[in-house]
Amino acid sequence: MLGLGVDRLQADINRLLASLFHQGVLDEHFLQLQQLQDETSPNFVYDVINIYFDESEKLLRNLRLLLMDREFSDYKKIGLHLNQLVGSSSSIGARRVRNVCVAFRSASELSNRPGCLRGLEVAEHEYHYLKNMMHELFQVLSFILLLHMRIKLGYGRQ
Amino acid sequence: MGRDGGVSCLRRAEMNMMSVGGIESTPAPAPAPAPAPAPAPLDLDEVHVLAVDDSLVDRIVIERLLRITSCKVTAVDSGWRALEFLGLDNDKASAQLDRLKVDLIITDYCMPGMTGYELLKKIKESSNFREVPVVIMSSENVLTRIDRCLEEGAQDFLLKPVKLADVKRLRSHLATKDVKLSNGNKRKLPEDSDSVIITPPSPSLTISTESSPPLTISPDSSDSSSSSSPPLSPVEMFSSSPIDNDEDDDVLTSSPEESPIRRQKMRSPGLD
Repeated sequence: MLGLGVDRLQADINRLLASLFHQGVLDEHFLQLQQLQDETSPNFVYDVINIYFDESEKLLRNLRLLLMDREFSDYKKIGLHLNQLVGSSSSIGARRVRNVCVAFRSASELSNRPGCLRGLEVAEHEYHYLKNMMHELFQVLSFILLLHMRIKLGYGRQ
Repeated sequence: MGRDGGVSCLRRAEMNMMSVGGIESTPAPAPAPAPAPAPAPLDLDEVHVLAVDDSLVDRIVIERLLRITSCKVTAVDSGWRALEFLGLDNDKASAQLDRLKVDLIITDYCMPGMTGYELLKKIKESSNFREVPVVIMSSENVLTRIDRCLEEGAQDFLLKPVKLADVKRLRSHLATKDVKLSNGNKRKLPEDSDSVIITPPSPSLTISTESSPPLTISPDSSDSSSSSSPPLSPVEMFSSSPIDNDEDDDVLTSSPEESPIRRQKMRSPGLD
């Protein structure tokens, strides 16, 4: 029955979110985003998170390019990129990404190249983990959506 | 919220699988896409906020926060753009320049080029806009920075990420305060910014517990296969205060009602 499917999917979302909060991957600011979504802006959370992904990937890519350059010395630029990452991550409640970027930034302030390289790897890892989790979340949500639509449109008891 | 005339530097996100038919609407599966609003002339009665932030994500969030509290918003990505918008970017005061109605300026502190502090100074130096309240936002809780801004005439200092409660508080100040504005001839909105694109009505993907079905999280759902720590009901998580309280040392929890720093030098009495 479709109804049962929806319940199960909602349980999946609950579990996924609970886990992300437990792990400290997300914090309460992620919930704040929910408050900003309503009928006039029904896709707000989805949109903001996708914009966050676009921006973050650009920043991480630039950071990698900078650090991979053998003649690299522009730690200030690294700092600027990281300010952006720290800021946007905290705005959407991506706590762990934010925290690892703060550590990364400290390394850049000390002009510590190996520290920066490590910081970059950790940041990339945390970022991708978050992204995968969000994709999973959105995917489950879209399934729920689909099921609800089917129920509403009366696609029967199959 | 009503119609937004607010022009902003908002880029539209990709909408791939989420452009599904409107579930809230009538049985007809295909919703008519809402047309993008034409930029409307500023209404004298509405609060107009100029938001300045170099981060796109933050610009979007602050814009939404302001719109939800019934403000018109113009969001720009730098101090220079802000000055340009205000007509302060050259030294000659143009007599023909239509006066702009701006009720509040809210700016990020850390921006490349011109910082929020520098922008604050320039605004306070201008004859047209020095009375406009300026609020500074920063993710760093540095007392010297806060003091410096307040001394320079900032109305308030908000820690990022900015919360809805913070913005509501600002808004209530604007509603009751007697703000002396520059003369309110209506001025055309700048055309070089992207206009806001309203997405077509689509099903809400909210996972909030308060909204109507279909996507509320069922309080009954429980699951045994989670981690070893006692499973917290996700519904509790969504409705109650944060579980995880270990804030970093460099950032104070931003709680507007309790922060003494924010109360400092407020010209009107606190209203909440």
